[in-house]
Amino acid sequence: MTTPWLDIIAESFWILLKILLIVIPLMISVAYLTFFERKVIGYMQGRIGPNRVGFHGLLQPIADALKLMFKEIITPNKSNKTLFFIAPILTIAPAFAAWAVIPFNAELVLADINAGLLYVLAMTSIAVYGVIIAGWASNSKYAFLGSLRSAAQIVSYEIAMGFTLVGVLMCANSLNLGDIVNGQQGGLLQWYIWPLFPLFIIYFISAVAETNRAPFDVAEGESEIVAGFHVEYSGMAFAVFFLAEYANMILVSMLAALMFLGGWLSPVSFIPDGILWLFLKVGFCLFFFLWFRATFPRYRYDQIMRLGWKVFIPITLIWIIFIGLMMQTPLKDMFH
Amino acid sequence: MNIKKQIISLIKGLSLYELLIGLSLTGRYFFSRKITIQYPEEKTPQSARFRGLHALRRYPNGEERCIACKLCEAVCPAMAITIESEMREDNTRRTTRYDIDLTKCIFCGFCEESCPVDSIVETRILDYHGEERGDLLYNKEMLLKVGDKYEKMIQADRAEEAKYR
Repeated sequence: MTTPWLDIIAESFWILLKILLIVIPLMISVAYLTFFERKVIGYMQGRIGPNRVGFHGLLQPIADALKLMFKEIITPNKSNKTLFFIAPILTIAPAFAAWAVIPFNAELVLADINAGLLYVLAMTSIAVYGVIIAGWASNSKYAFLGSLRSAAQIVSYEIAMGFTLVGVLMCANSLNLGDIVNGQQGGLLQWYIWPLFPLFIIYFISAVAETNRAPFDVAEGESEIVAGFHVEYSGMAFAVFFLAEYANMILVSMLAALMFLGGWLSPVSFIPDGILWLFLKVGFCLFFFLWFRATFPRYRYDQIMRLGWKVFIPITLIWIIFIGLMMQTPLKDMFH
Repeated sequence: MNIKKQIISLIKGLSLYELLIGLSLTGRYFFSRKITIQYPEEKTPQSARFRGLHALRRYPNGEERCIACKLCEAVCPAMAITIESEMREDNTRRTTRYDIDLTKCIFCGFCEESCPVDSIVETRILDYHGEERGDLLYNKEMLLKVGDKYEKMIQADRAEEAKYR
């Protein structure tokens, strides 16, 4: 005879194990994404990037992490100490929490909730609080300016991003990420990227803006406001912001792969579906993030706002109406 | 005419034309030949005239060249050289102290130019370092040691340069 609370404990341990199974590989991929970034940007600048630590530099991220762990965390004298340390946690927790609903293949998902897309959107929105609090609690001009910029930027691009996802859920008729992927079955041409191509482009650019990556990195803007919101952070507290930024990058790439590129589905019918396809697609999206950073100069602040409010939002609205109209025509099979 | 231009710029903007050109440029660089020199293993070509770490030379019989004329001390624009001299027992003038403060030195090469006996020279060594305060204040023994160690290289470099002097 088992008591119900034993069941609950067993269940919790099982869930905890599953969380670790997602978070630990995620941390490792974040570490290697920084390495990959340095390599890719190096290659695009005619350099070869880090290649000294370990075989072809493969231990470089480990060395970086160790260095950051052993560095002192300096707290500014007049900062708000509590918020100062809560901020990095508030940034990284949603970045990890959003992974709960990500399906890795048809069965492999931690929480198969039916409003997964909404949950992901909510989680990515919460991340902005970490940035705002970090900037405010540091009691530094630069940090404060950086956090203000970041807040305005994330809020404006969230709208455009949300609208692109509306297009996806119109096609898929579901908010569940697994169902969205399953709606794209039938090879390369059935992926939502084709009927929603403008939305995909806007999603991707908004995703770059959401994650504060170049060319939308005004929140950091090292040439204008030193390092923006994390200027006062050092050591592991700084590393946590970094982790969150890269985890978010992987997250939005994952979402792009799931919603527009068919997730774990194979592009051609004679190769079986599988989780490897998903990773390949995520890697492909991530490469574009790095490529953008190596190519584009930083946007001016008012141009970012113009692009978000006066270009992206109207285009997404028009395209959503267009899809809605097309669904009423005999061509509706193209739009599922 | 103006409307036509506007339409073209609109299409260019919406098709991300300029951005794609930029991406293709960095994309091409991604596959280009890398110009990194992997320093300790590979080095950039160096001229025989290179002005690096200083050395004091000796004659082949082991006698030090410097005659303490103090021309280098006088010409040094950074005042990095300090020389003290004495009369030796064989009635020749030799230095008792020859210090170069490498933290002051600007590596102009004037000391080398001014030396009538080719004693103070600047070698092609550039990767020397000091780990403590004062490690870069070179004295006579240190400079002579450098000279002894790299005499062959110094000779070869001077020989190559001789025809231009």
